[in-house]
Amino acid sequence: MSDLTPTTLRNNVPLSPDEVLEIALESVLEFLPCQRDRNAFSLVNKSWNRIEAETRFEVVIGNCYSISPQRVVNRFKAIKSVVLKGKPRFADFSLLPPDWGARFSPWVVVLSGAYRGLEKLCLKRMYVSNDDLVVVANTFVGFKEIRLVCCEGFGTSGLAVLAGKCRQLRVLELIEDEVADDEEDWISFFPGGATCLESLMFDCVECPLNFNALEKLVARSPSLKKLRVNRYVSLGQLRHLMIIAPQLTHLGTGSYGPLEDLEDPLPANELRDHVSSAFAASKSLVCLSGFREIVPYFLPAVYPVCANLTSLNLSYANILVEEFKQVISHCHKLQILWVLDLISDGGLVAVAATCKDLQELRVFPMDTIEDNAGPVSDVGLHAIAEGCKKLQSILFFCQQMTNAAVISMSINCPDLIVFRLCIIGRYRPDHSTGEPMDEGFGAIVKNCKKLTRLAVSGLLTDRAFSYIGQYGKLLRTLSVAFAGDSDMGLTYVLEGCPKLEKLEIRDSPFGDIALRSGMHQYHNMRFLWMSTCKVTRQGCREIARQIPGVIVEIFNWNQVGEEGENSDLVDTLYMYRSLEGPRADAPRFVNIL
Amino acid sequence: MSSMNNLSESGKSGMNLKETELTLGLPGEPRVGKACMKRVFSETVDLELGNSGKKDSSGSGSSMKKESATSRGKLVGWPPVRAHRKNIMTVKSGKYVKVGVDGAPYLRKVDLELYNSYEQFLSALEGLFTCFKIRTVLDEKKLMDPVNGVEYVPTYEDKDGDWMLVGDVPWKMFAESCKRVRLMTRSEAIGLAPRPETKCSSSSS
Repeated sequence: MSDLTPTTLRNNVPLSPDEVLEIALESVLEFLPCQRDRNAFSLVNKSWNRIEAETRFEVVIGNCYSISPQRVVNRFKAIKSVVLKGKPRFADFSLLPPDWGARFSPWVVVLSGAYRGLEKLCLKRMYVSNDDLVVVANTFVGFKEIRLVCCEGFGTSGLAVLAGKCRQLRVLELIEDEVADDEEDWISFFPGGATCLESLMFDCVECPLNFNALEKLVARSPSLKKLRVNRYVSLGQLRHLMIIAPQLTHLGTGSYGPLEDLEDPLPANELRDHVSSAFAASKSLVCLSGFREIVPYFLPAVYPVCANLTSLNLSYANILVEEFKQVISHCHKLQILWVLDLISDGGLVAVAATCKDLQELRVFPMDTIEDNAGPVSDVGLHAIAEGCKKLQSILFFCQQMTNAAVISMSINCPDLIVFRLCIIGRYRPDHSTGEPMDEGFGAIVKNCKKLTRLAVSGLLTDRAFSYIGQYGKLLRTLSVAFAGDSDMGLTYVLEGCPKLEKLEIRDSPFGDIALRSGMHQYHNMRFLWMSTCKVTRQGCREIARQIPGVIVEIFNWNQVGEEGENSDLVDTLYMYRSLEGPRADAPRFVNIL
Repeated sequence: MSSMNNLSESGKSGMNLKETELTLGLPGEPRVGKACMKRVFSETVDLELGNSGKKDSSGSGSSMKKESATSRGKLVGWPPVRAHRKNIMTVKSGKYVKVGVDGAPYLRKVDLELYNSYEQFLSALEGLFTCFKIRTVLDEKKLMDPVNGVEYVPTYEDKDGDWMLVGDVPWKMFAESCKRVRLMTRSEAIGLAPRPETKCSSSSS
């Protein structure tokens, strides 16, 4: 008997039309991995909602307080991968008091009960304790991947447990975390025999390392493709690792120099030659980072790989302009580049000349003190605009800028999705015309039709915000600091940008009137952050009262429990949409209205 | 030469003031990095020198300038650089000393904290001043110009202002007391501690 319509029979019993629909929808859903699409799918009707819930394997929760862990496990039964984000981004800049929240513990308890088969975990800006990691290691038998980004609260003893117990572990990525030194030799805890490791990143771990153990681990990890070591690995030691693992595609070099208490037996020029040979043998290397304590003398050893590199992170490298130019001149395929502003406008000109495929550029400041001039400026930005026309994402710190350079970028780089310009000197106008930076940012929102993320700085009037409201129709994330004249500024944005999800504002003169203008918008947004603005307690209370489904937290950073002079003005407002009521774990200094 | 390029580039930025700005270092020295740029403007806030006129179109500008200057980077969370990155960058502030070579038109600045031994340091110098190589003559490492066979003797000025021969004291002691380094041609180094006489004049091993 031929099977012409295999899906309409199950155990030789014909299926009802509903069941057939279910199976068809399940097949369709296979092709809808994107959470946004799935969310839309699940809203069609109850049965579509149910089918979607049963076939979703990954859940992304952008704000851990927007939904309770219980509600998640009730809705989705078969989750294998969880992405969970906690604190708002301004926490990175010490604007959120410690102990504010975002603990992983309540989540791990519930997840461990419901999802025995959990394989992947990605946490961002969460407080993760060693005990939490123990639960993860003990509960999820087939656990494969863990990524911790900008997290804190755990130490090397937690890592040791993960290493020791998760036998299927293929990915362990620690990115910009604060890791406590519990004096545990965690690398030694990986079990003997071949491992499944594909990615091991621990460059942020500021603890000494047992290199012997690391070397042996790398030697018995044949699938290892990504390795980022911390600064306690010397250049000589790195070379050994590279020889053992020539198949690496991503390498974080650690110190890229000698270690203080470790004398390298080789003379420097020989070491350089050996490292150079090791790089030459790494035919698959496409992503290079590290250079934490670079001795510039050894930098030329990377030349053999430069031509293959698509990603290069020199943002910790204290090198001279000429040294940088030498390296970059070989990097024709580069798509991602992170550097320090030390490379100066001249270095940026060199980038523009060579890196024609550049998609992402980040220029970080070596010196964070406000000054009248710095090593990079509108000259460098202009050069990048004209040379790197495929640019999609830029983060640029500088001391001075002109509208002309920003306008040039808006015209030359139509593919820009992310534009973040930080003029370190607050309230700085265009240094050649003395005008505010309104026209520059206006051109960006107007000309860059794909723009979804924007960060503004410099002297900005309400006009800049009127441009954003007028043209920023796809804008999802907006960061504002020390900008604007009046409530109208924020109002333009709240009324004009329908896709806004994340709005973070500091030190700008926006008050209750502006706050009120966004009432229609707040339940569409993930969060609104306003610190040192002009909103009052009363204004916030009004919002809290009128909009259900939105949690309004206010706190005063400096005066915990005290009433300051302007006790009506709120230091920090953090408002987010949520399916739950006020959280139970708010510390004393947080007032939930 | 690279230093010349740097000078012309800083001119290109449009700030003619930059050329006349005081910097630490001799003429011809590269003008990059905070080590060379003096932060006089933010530190002389009371005099409101330099660019304060250009800064504000609104009246509040000058008071803002004062505020930003007096806080001098103590403003919380500004600029928005992650604390992790800020801490990492300030861990090594470096001990930079000028290094000059007889006959070279410009000096270099080298961070002594990057090295743990004389050998590493000399290797670094070899990298900086490509006109010479390290040669081993009778078990001693010497800096020599391979083209004309001229030997350079590394000397340094210590805390007391005396010119000393590099290599006598333990590395750490040297790194602490060294203020600047000069590579003198052997003929000029007369007067410093005598070296044992070498039987063969050519380089080897």
